[in-house]
Amino acid sequence: MKIYYFAWVRERTGRSDETVTLPEGVTTVAELIDWLKTRGPEFEFAFENERFVRAAVDQQLVSHDTSLKDVNEVAFFPPMTGG
Amino acid sequence: MKVRIQTEDFDANEECARLADGKNNIGAIVTFTGLCRDEEGRLSALELEHYPGMAEAKIQEIVEQAETRWPLQGVTVIHRVGRINPGANIVLVVTASAHRRAAFEAAEFLMDFLKTSAPFWKKEHLADTKAATETGWVSAQDADDEATKRWQLKE
Repeated sequence: MKIYYFAWVRERTGRSDETVTLPEGVTTVAELIDWLKTRGPEFEFAFENERFVRAAVDQQLVSHDTSLKDVNEVAFFPPMTGG
Repeated sequence: MKVRIQTEDFDANEECARLADGKNNIGAIVTFTGLCRDEEGRLSALELEHYPGMAEAKIQEIVEQAETRWPLQGVTVIHRVGRINPGANIVLVVTASAHRRAAFEAAEFLMDFLKTSAPFWKKEHLADTKAATETGWVSAQDADDEATKRWQLKE
């Protein structure tokens, strides 16, 4: 599965994208965040205040309880500030 | 193309003319241009980041919603990305309709949703680099969320 990071989430994790194999037991966006946070301080920092991090699954904005079944792409980013 | 995301600048007059070209049933064209604003020399530039693919699709979706709600003869949305200097253009919305109210409302609707639901992020580069203690990412505004909510259709 491909993961993309944008804006300060990208800066904090120190990467714009990566490909990961989901470990057993990671079935939702929230569980993915919990798992990412175990991978190092940069991820703990990026997700330290999870409610400020938005998630998109296959380019659709979703809540953190969304399932990752058959998902190709997940993205994490702050609230949007375009326009 | 109705929706464009580009690093290059745009010309609002040209886009208006392009939208109206060959149509004689347009009674009103509204254009909104969002500019990079500086406050007393504080800002050096804005950096606009987007989620390629999702950003285009999301704007397209907002345009389709506007077309369902108002009788529009044409819509153009251009959003710039990359480094943008104070005084330069960021975003353009052009709406054309038979009557002004639809054109005004649709343009406002498009801007409200662009600000809150299209995946773009602004980062400020400050003129005084010593003052840049924060990361520079612009925070989302509650006022923008409130502006978006007023378009919710009543059940």
